[in-house]
Amino acid sequence: MIATMARLWQTVRPIRLRLLLGLLSALIASIVALLIPQVLGAVVDQLDATPTAAVVWTGGAVAIGLGLVEASLIYLRRVFAVSPATLIEKGIRVDFYRKVQHMPVAFHDAWGSGQLLSRMMSDISTVRRWIAFGLIMLVANSVTIVVGLAFLFSESVILALIFIAAAVPVSIIAYRFSVRFHTLSRLSQDQNGDLATTIEQSVQGIRVLKAFGRGPTALEGFAEQADELRRTEVRKATAMARFDMFMFMLPELALGVALFTGIHLTARGSITPGDLAAYFATAVLVIGPVRMLGNLLGQAVNTTTALNRHYEVMDEVNTITSPEQPVAIPAGQARGIVRLEDVHYRYPDAPDHMDDVIDGATLEIRPGETMALVGVTGSGKSTLLQLVPRLYDVTGGRVTIDDVDVRDMDLETLRSLTAVAFEDATLFSDSVRSNVLIGADQSLSEAEAEELLELALETADATFVHNLPEGVDTRIGEEGMSLSGGQRQRLALARAIAAQPAVLLLDDPLSALDTKTEERVTERLREVLQGTTTLIVAHRTSTVALADRVALMDDGRITEVGTHAELMRRSSQYRYVIAHQAEEARRDQDIETLTGELDLRAVQTGEETR
Amino acid sequence: MTTAPAGKAAEREEDAESRVLSAEENRESRRRTLRLLGELLAPVKGQFVMMSVMVVIAQLAVVAGPRIIAYGIDHALPALIDGDASLTIRAGLLYIGAAIVGGVLTFGYVRQGTVVGQRMLFGLRKRVFRFTQKQDLEFHERYTSGRIVSRQTSDMEALRELLDFGVDIIVGSSLSMVFTVVLIVSMDWVTGAVMLLMLVPGVLLTIWFQKRSREEYRAIRTHSARLIVHFVEAMAGIRAVKAFRKEDRNQAAFDQLSQDYRDASLRSIRVFGIYQPALRILANTTIAVVLLVGGFRVLDGSLSVGVLVALVLYSRRFFQPIDELAGFYNAFQSGVSALEKIAQLLAEQPSVKEAERPTPLPDSTGQVDFEDVSFRYTADGPLVLKPLSLHIPAGQTVALVGQTGAGKSTVAKLISRFYDATEGRVTLDGVDLRDVSMEDLTRNIVMVTQEAYLFSGTVADNIELGRPGASREEVEAAARAIGADTFIEALPYGYDTDVNKRGGRVSAGQRQLISFARAFLADPKVLILDEATSSLDIPSERMVQEGLTRLLGRRTALIIAHRLSTVMIADRVLVVHGGEVVEDGSPAELVAAGGRFAALYQAWQDSM
Repeated sequence: MIATMARLWQTVRPIRLRLLLGLLSALIASIVALLIPQVLGAVVDQLDATPTAAVVWTGGAVAIGLGLVEASLIYLRRVFAVSPATLIEKGIRVDFYRKVQHMPVAFHDAWGSGQLLSRMMSDISTVRRWIAFGLIMLVANSVTIVVGLAFLFSESVILALIFIAAAVPVSIIAYRFSVRFHTLSRLSQDQNGDLATTIEQSVQGIRVLKAFGRGPTALEGFAEQADELRRTEVRKATAMARFDMFMFMLPELALGVALFTGIHLTARGSITPGDLAAYFATAVLVIGPVRMLGNLLGQAVNTTTALNRHYEVMDEVNTITSPEQPVAIPAGQARGIVRLEDVHYRYPDAPDHMDDVIDGATLEIRPGETMALVGVTGSGKSTLLQLVPRLYDVTGGRVTIDDVDVRDMDLETLRSLTAVAFEDATLFSDSVRSNVLIGADQSLSEAEAEELLELALETADATFVHNLPEGVDTRIGEEGMSLSGGQRQRLALARAIAAQPAVLLLDDPLSALDTKTEERVTERLREVLQGTTTLIVAHRTSTVALADRVALMDDGRITEVGTHAELMRRSSQYRYVIAHQAEEARRDQDIETLTGELDLRAVQTGEETR
Repeated sequence: MTTAPAGKAAEREEDAESRVLSAEENRESRRRTLRLLGELLAPVKGQFVMMSVMVVIAQLAVVAGPRIIAYGIDHALPALIDGDASLTIRAGLLYIGAAIVGGVLTFGYVRQGTVVGQRMLFGLRKRVFRFTQKQDLEFHERYTSGRIVSRQTSDMEALRELLDFGVDIIVGSSLSMVFTVVLIVSMDWVTGAVMLLMLVPGVLLTIWFQKRSREEYRAIRTHSARLIVHFVEAMAGIRAVKAFRKEDRNQAAFDQLSQDYRDASLRSIRVFGIYQPALRILANTTIAVVLLVGGFRVLDGSLSVGVLVALVLYSRRFFQPIDELAGFYNAFQSGVSALEKIAQLLAEQPSVKEAERPTPLPDSTGQVDFEDVSFRYTADGPLVLKPLSLHIPAGQTVALVGQTGAGKSTVAKLISRFYDATEGRVTLDGVDLRDVSMEDLTRNIVMVTQEAYLFSGTVADNIELGRPGASREEVEAAARAIGADTFIEALPYGYDTDVNKRGGRVSAGQRQLISFARAFLADPKVLILDEATSSLDIPSERMVQEGLTRLLGRRTALIIAHRLSTVMIADRVLVVHGGEVVEDGSPAELVAAGGRFAALYQAWQDSM
């Protein structure tokens, strides 16, 4: 805990002066609050001795003065501490984002965005609350308690000791409660999350549940989970109730004993009635910080947990970075010879009994050549593709472009040499234009960029965007217009084309398109791709026909390379994977398209006869 | 097939939810909400009364404290000086007694409040779950899954917060204020008047805070949502981010979003930063004024010193519950609107109802008949299916052919009783489907949809869903029968592979095979199959086609076909057009007859 907090201090250092001022404000505020009962005590004593109006006026004036000072100091504490603390929070958050954004894809596969999200939002907020409030109040409260105890002692040693007898267990209970409550809250959050998943699945899978009459079973599972959550909530409440009970009872018990003892002491004359009155007023004030002290210690524990979770991510080593002395690649002179030499890849969390996903693949793609990559689902095609721009790093062998190992290139350079269109097209919340031109040369003039945009859209058959409400300026993605799978794929393809890379990597970019559209796109790609080295994952004959050569992938290896015709002739595995055109056409003709054509033909003949 | 109109229907529904309600609808909605609240509260009424009593007594004990101290100083002290210790003992014991009673009762009502609240929530959760599961598919197409999830999560959460606050704050805090005022007035009405006067700015301040903080909270929520959306989008699309070097641009965007979020949080904290000290000023001023007024009254002898001490202590306490009440008001508002939404959900009427006295149908042959069946979605909507009579003998494979919206999926949905016929009847072995229990119906008729939904869990779990309690051997046998065993065994942990974990992720074709195996295990007499339209790679496609053929076996089957290659394996083809069956016969017969299907077949042949 101390080591973690010390590490946090490094982040907080720049605002330490503001924090110190905040601390001082908090400190003086609580001491001023402690003085108010002293005024009460003094007034009571004075009224006994010299009952004059001046005493009352002075007392009232001092009390109101102190009250105003206390309130302004509370205000000042916030002014000093909160604003810089939120800036620190923002800084931590932005650094966190930078870190995860630069971590390799394998890191993201392992963590999942939910895990990262809760670290980015709630953990970092916990840290901010600690800096702006917890840390300051911990110190301020400790001092308040010490000063308050001093006052209590000055009023009566015996009564002060009675108070301490209650304060110590209160603090311990408060501390233990915060830690326990935090654990239970986490548990309840997790169970809430699980319950939400069950609900979501029960609704999304409603057709399956209904079709098999599984409603009652689903209800049983749900009820069980909901009941578990209920029990956790009751446990939480029990902990809370017990805490409330002790927090109320212990100090009050002490005050009860103090009342009894205090009256005796006053009767014997060892303390004045004013002392007794001030004692009670002070005790009421000190009990607050004592309770809070325990909570603050709990908060410290929880902040430590949050910080540890945070540092866990921040301390992950980024394995895919630019080398210190990258091999210079003169701009615009790349030829685009891609070589894979005995390449291996395995996922870091793959079970031991599984083979490598890429298990010794060797392949050479000539400059300007279009190479199709063909294989059954799960043979490793997509993974292989992603090794080229170093989305994953090979675990054995090497990948070279123009005879330079991709790991010896500057990452930025490597990724402008290459462009990828993924099968599951990711679009960002932005305009169509920005989405397509995201990888394009940023130094292009506006006119050139516009031309490039048009060419890319044209080639990818994505001109439908002109019919969107605001054309290429329409916002798409999570927060914008939603597009169909085929439309998204075409935009992702346009994006890869607009990047004008030396090496173009296409991961089954046409899978969601119907046959007709696909043919059109293929046709245009053939023209545009002249001179660009292209590796394209494909399963349709028409796409394969576009390629100069085809590489057949099986179980993580490249087993055959040749033209489509050659492979058709000599490889039975290839024939199994790709089938021939006729079979495919037969299969892919869906009724929808056919009837559409028929109707069209009927309309045309109708018009002709008229 | 109905997704497009359903999407629009869902939008309309969302609109309906957010638009301003008329006075009549508002009243209706309030009535519904109150009725639901009444139903929820009825079984726990006694508990609530008990808790309220506990709270009242506990608050009395709390409030009694300073009074006892005053009593001690004013009466017990002089008595003790005179040598009578009994009053001192009484004061001490009273104080300790109050502490114990207050503490124990606090434990009691805090815990009991949650126990009761959670029991209510648990009941409501189950009720909503059972309700949504019972609804027909028409409902599910209208009421999106996201909305049901938010009814069950965020709305329930809002209710929980309200219940947690509940008794504690409503009764506790307000009573504490009332008692304090009563005590103060009874001790010294002048001080009481002063304090009530100070309450006025306190209330005004709280109302101001209430309004401002709600606005600021809304702003925070907007900004945090933006931040989260950006983060999730960037992380989910991290491959594209890297491949297209978007990191720096993202960084700048995130920086801006974090700044906005920070500014919004700061504004909200500032509002509280004004409220809290202002409240403190009020409390401190009250103390000073009480001290002043009380002091003078001590001077003229109308007030004792002990009472003054008690008054000052009370005045400090007086302002504590105000911000709690402010918090409660927030919880109350969101809780009520949550309950309103839940009540609205529960008011939906299912159109497909379970038969009251079902005709037992333990085992059918699989013969399906349509007797003058017509169908429309809403009472004043157009006929989606025009009167249709159809006899499907047991064991026949029927392919439904037609364009989107022609009515072919309506036919399928009527057989699986996702909807009920508007007129006429659909029978299984001569028994009207409406007279068959849901249990018998689902055992005999199973619909396999193209989405092939997999639940979280292992591959074996997902197949077993077809017949819960099936042994591992039966699960594996079903997979073997479909031809899914090869790929399942090649998964990292075979049948025990979690379908959501990496490596367990199965392709679209494999999902379909798993759902076929599930249907095979269920072994229904009638199978309805919505053929998938998405294009698979050739080997997967072959696998799926083989699996399909094996699944069909000798069952009565109805296929909503999208490919002619599938249609050609059917015994009989129904061409549906404009809500009518326009052609009916074996594929060969229809080709020979030279109608629509023949034209379709010709076009298909030409395309090769």
